[in-house]
Amino acid sequence: MTFTITELRVTIRGTEILRGVDLDVQKGQVHGVAGESGSGKTMTGLAVLGLLPHGAVASGRVELAGRDLLGLPDKDLGRVRGNEIAMVFQDPATSLHPMLSVGRQLTEHMRSHLGLSRAEARERAAELLAKVRIPGPAEALTRYPHQFSGGMRQRIAIAVALACDPQVLIADEPTTALDVTVQAGILRLLRGLCDELGLAIMLITHDLGVMSAIADEVSVMRSGAVVESGPRDTVLRAPSHPYTRSLLEALP
Amino acid sequence: MSPTSVPSDVTALRDRVRRLRPFAGFLARRVLIAVLLAWGITLVTFVLTNMVPGDPVAANLGQRALGDETIVAQWRAEHGLDKSPPEQYLMHLQALLHGDLGMSQQSHRPVGDDLAEFVPATLELAGVAIVVSLVLGVAFGMIAALRRDRPADHALRMLSLIGISVPTFWLALLAFYVFFYRLQLTPGSGRVDPGLGAPESVTGLHTVDAALAGQWDVFASALGHLILPALVLSLYTIALLTRFTRSAVLEVLGQDHVRAGRAKGLPRRVILRSYVLRSALVPIITVAGLAFGSLLSGTVLVEAIFAWPGIGQYAYKSATTLDLPAIMGVGLVVGIVYLVINLIVDVLYGVIDPRVRLR
Repeated sequence: MTFTITELRVTIRGTEILRGVDLDVQKGQVHGVAGESGSGKTMTGLAVLGLLPHGAVASGRVELAGRDLLGLPDKDLGRVRGNEIAMVFQDPATSLHPMLSVGRQLTEHMRSHLGLSRAEARERAAELLAKVRIPGPAEALTRYPHQFSGGMRQRIAIAVALACDPQVLIADEPTTALDVTVQAGILRLLRGLCDELGLAIMLITHDLGVMSAIADEVSVMRSGAVVESGPRDTVLRAPSHPYTRSLLEALP
Repeated sequence: MSPTSVPSDVTALRDRVRRLRPFAGFLARRVLIAVLLAWGITLVTFVLTNMVPGDPVAANLGQRALGDETIVAQWRAEHGLDKSPPEQYLMHLQALLHGDLGMSQQSHRPVGDDLAEFVPATLELAGVAIVVSLVLGVAFGMIAALRRDRPADHALRMLSLIGISVPTFWLALLAFYVFFYRLQLTPGSGRVDPGLGAPESVTGLHTVDAALAGQWDVFASALGHLILPALVLSLYTIALLTRFTRSAVLEVLGQDHVRAGRAKGLPRRVILRSYVLRSALVPIITVAGLAFGSLLSGTVLVEAIFAWPGIGQYAYKSATTLDLPAIMGVGLVVGIVYLVINLIVDVLYGVIDPRVRLR
């Protein structure tokens, strides 16, 4: 299984936000996408799922298991979202619904995508929470996001993303909103899930430290295009593009 | 049924009980606060009424009786006026607890009986108006937000601007003139056709009482009489709720959890119902609670124009004739209605938002 983005372009009211992005994420690999804010990292992730803001138009190819996702009607894309490609967002304080229980948020898409009964979905939800190391998973299902710490919430958001056994996980700055002390735990978890489940993870981050910790492949984006791409050690140790060099020099 | 589903049902039940326990505490706190506030209202109405200049003895006894000191003293003792104000307040409170609100000087009936007759009429009118406002206002607001900057949105925003700006009394007169006098689509003033007569009073709400008694002709007449004043009354709140719902929904639509819900591949209607509307309900309920207040003050005008025998008319007549027990009674009832609305709003916050009930 490969997940390939080819010549992805996004235009919002005449302004080109993405100008031909090429990315290739392999099964069992973490592909880091780096770049400063505004370089189009998040936009790439949203374009894949058809979640672009109002008025944005995408063209190019986003290929998963032989299908072009950009050409799919919204109804079919709904079956891909959360089911084949899932997403984890930056801030779990806002990406989890504050008024719905953890159990509800973990099971609702399992029931619609996988057709599980309520009991089956809850059982699986508890297993998922255990997998992301939430203590007391069965009890945690009845609780609400505000009753968990930031790191725990992001683990829950990851469990939500994994609920339907997706092939691809897009993680958009999953550690940026968290304390430094819990960042490493989340990264280890993502790396472990990638190896264990054979996930293809597209990790969006502006933090090259995060990148060097877990990525296999690295792509560097600038002004809506990938300027450099390759194995982590090659890109981070011997960057060929001047922009990558300046990013590395900017590390404290 | 599979054997695993039995223990999971038990767990689900246990979960439910566990979730309800903090909610019961939350509810108990709110009710306690409401009771304390109700007591506060009795104190305020008592103090305000007693601060009004004027001698109740002179107002109630005749010229000759006033000249006789023993009669005056006896009358004062009978009505507890020889006691100190705190003692008088305690007597007043005791009477209230027995449902005794005093005699109206205007109708020469117990104020409690007057209120029992007029309050349901207003509650029926205001209740229908607030339900209509909520249903239409929230629906219009949702439509406007989801069709942002398209013709439907522009039209609804224009209409809501008109609805907020039009004075209620003018609208009431105009509606009465057009729909009753010109088009003869709606019945005239009052609560039912004079020929039919009111249904036997159980709740005091004519539509409900008529339905309970199975008098469907009376029900139809009561409903017909209700439609026009209720619509006139609700126009302002419909417009208000349309505006607030629109802005609340637009704000929620841009939130992360809505995008996260879409990224999970949930159907659009599920996202709109359990993600968008649920979050937007908090500001909507706040505005609806406040709007009910403006709705009650609107009833004074609407009741006058539609000759609706409600508390608005009663309050107006009592105020112009300085009928103190009646004014006190109306003040108490309006205060308690506000209290109940606030209690409902508070409890709804807790029902909708777990962050309110589980701290």
